[in-house]
Amino acid sequence: MAVITYREALTQALREELTRDENVFLMGEEVAQYNGAYKVSKGLLDEFGPMRIVDTPITELGFAGVGVGSAMVGLRPIIEFMTWNFALLALDQVVNAAAKMLYMSGGQFNMPMVFRGPNGSALQLSAQHSQAWESWLAHIPGLKVVTPGTPADAKGLLKSAIRDDNPVVFLEGEMLYNTKGEVSDDADLLVPIGKADIKREGSDCTIVTHGKMVLIALQVAEALAKENIAVEIVDLRTIRPMDVEAIATSVQKTNRVVVLEEGWEMCGVGAQVADFIQRECFDDLDAPVIRVHQADTPMPYAKNLERAAKPDVPKAIAAIKKVMYLA
Amino acid sequence: MGTGTGGGRLTDTIEREQTRKPKQEMQTTNEPAEATAAEQATLRKELLRSMLLQRRFEERCAEAYALGKIGGFCHLYIGQEAISAGTMSVLRPDDYVVTSYRDHGQAIARGVTPRSVMSELFGRVDGCSGGKGGSMHLFDKKLGFLGGHGIVGGHIPLAGGVGWAIKYRKGDQVCVCFFGEAAVNIGAFHEALNIASLWSLPCVFVIENNRYGMGTAISRSTANEDVKARAAAYRMLGESVDAQDVFAVRDAMGRAVALARKDSKPTLIEMRTYRFMGHSMSDAASGTYRSREELEENMKRDPIVILHDIMRANNELSDGEFSKLDEEQKAICQDAWDFADASAEPPLENLFTNVLVESTS
Ligand SMILES: Cc1ncc(C[n+]2csc(CCOP(=O)(O)OP(=O)(O)O)c2C)c(N)n1
Repeated sequence: MAVITYREALTQALREELTRDENVFLMGEEVAQYNGAYKVSKGLLDEFGPMRIVDTPITELGFAGVGVGSAMVGLRPIIEFMTWNFALLALDQVVNAAAKMLYMSGGQFNMPMVFRGPNGSALQLSAQHSQAWESWLAHIPGLKVVTPGTPADAKGLLKSAIRDDNPVVFLEGEMLYNTKGEVSDDADLLVPIGKADIKREGSDCTIVTHGKMVLIALQVAEALAKENIAVEIVDLRTIRPMDVEAIATSVQKTNRVVVLEEGWEMCGVGAQVADFIQRECFDDLDAPVIRVHQADTPMPYAKNLERAAKPDVPKAIAAIKKVMYLA
Repeated sequence: MGTGTGGGRLTDTIEREQTRKPKQEMQTTNEPAEATAAEQATLRKELLRSMLLQRRFEERCAEAYALGKIGGFCHLYIGQEAISAGTMSVLRPDDYVVTSYRDHGQAIARGVTPRSVMSELFGRVDGCSGGKGGSMHLFDKKLGFLGGHGIVGGHIPLAGGVGWAIKYRKGDQVCVCFFGEAAVNIGAFHEALNIASLWSLPCVFVIENNRYGMGTAISRSTANEDVKARAAAYRMLGESVDAQDVFAVRDAMGRAVALARKDSKPTLIEMRTYRFMGHSMSDAASGTYRSREELEENMKRDPIVILHDIMRANNELSDGEFSKLDEEQKAICQDAWDFADASAEPPLENLFTNVLVESTS
């Protein structure tokens, strides 16, 4: 065990899997010579050479499609998007090609590939560069959607994603890259896709969350512990397939739920979670499920407006007090 | 100024050039024959003023960024100012401009006030986009400035759309679209050029070839580095210009704009330039993907210095006049800074405005 950053955890996962399987390669803008726009691929060009760490032109649709084609004939591409905002240009390949190839070929062509990169907002990057895409991508049958919130999960899940024989959408957090945590250096330690993790146990209220919001949830739990409110945190880790058993188990224990996500409310991840809970855990609920999310607007640039738009600790605390009828 | 492009260097360069360079011949231009020498001198001074204002403004941006007054991504235009100055000098007030995220210089050259640009960069209510857009998204409807856009190549088809609207209404305006050389590899570029040529739209597509897309040299991203050659694929005129020479920019843009205005035909122009700063404020100017030597070599061809030398050679500009002009621009930038600093943050209720317009239907 060593304490490393989320960024280093990802680099380790890449290095280990590139070493393990020579069919694995990394392709994207600035991944090689520049060491990655966010330095996730630092040093890998020197280690693995230009056929395995591949710089591309700014052509998201093109290189995502190159990834799909190479996966059809047995390679295992990792396609890096500089950020998921730019992956929008490649959604045709992600959604119309990668997600459907196995199905429409009647099982002949599977897609052992990963699409990865930073997702969600950073600081003052404004409307076109501050978007969380998980609910869009999770809508698509044929994809797996993974959103690690800690360094250990980042490493273990990326390794699982690379080894998975299906297309995996892997959403990192720009604001998470510098966060630190304990990570195993066991090259065979995987975190399974599709399994949630209880990041903190508690009996009064459940927060269901994922990705960057896990950090917010931990702060919320810490703050509320001082008021003798015991918050349980269910970190989904994977949005599709969703670990609904973990949600149900927690709801049975706490009877109250807040769903916290970075993205917008409309058709968001929280809507799916709330739908499951009202169907399967109706009798366990002591209060309606409440959602905390980004304001229903594009992300503004001005600091004060951006702050007001984002989900944060005070908003989540207010939601918990509401489901506990304390406010 | 502590940003590496401060006034010191510009002045130093000018002085160095003067002491060792033989005086250049007066630049020939395609100015209409009837333009008198005096008119030409006035024009040169105006171009110099525009470039200096952009330069001084962005030096202050770098300073403000370091102080945390500007946040997010901030891409400076320093080194490329002749393109905006030359282009805007041939446009009419009712023409249109669409550009990328590297938009401060173009906005200012088009006439967006330094006060409103700086306020936008500071995220204040008096900004040209109300503080909602920031550095990458400067807009000014009354000046036909249709935005800074953040997705590489995404705005190129918009220029086609503006061209389509002009043709639709039988107008004689022109739409100029700026983007970097790395954008020519994006599908949207090709789709837009094909449409613009096929439908004969009054557009000028301007590739600002500063030789790097972020850290990637054009030779590593682009199979045919002769980017203007892509015009031929769409039966469009294509041209390459030494864009450190503001008159070369003005000439080429003058012809392309005239072709668009009179014959509704698009042109693709490669402006060969160099960015003197890093890709954005978080990228070093040299040391990773380009050498210090290469940077310094290219900074010798500073568009402001080049024009300055021509004017000196023509005896149109004394030392005193240059400093006066420069001081005036610096004062404008100081005023913009003070104004932005005093401007209020947008009221919180503005978070929810402008998502949609109130519709009456
Ligand atoms: C579609 C897309 N991919 C990636 C990016 C990230 N990005 C922003 S600017 C840039 C380089 C663009 O270079 P170029 O087009 O030459 O313009 P320059 O920045 O040199 O003005 C990149 C990769 C983006 N904004 N949009």
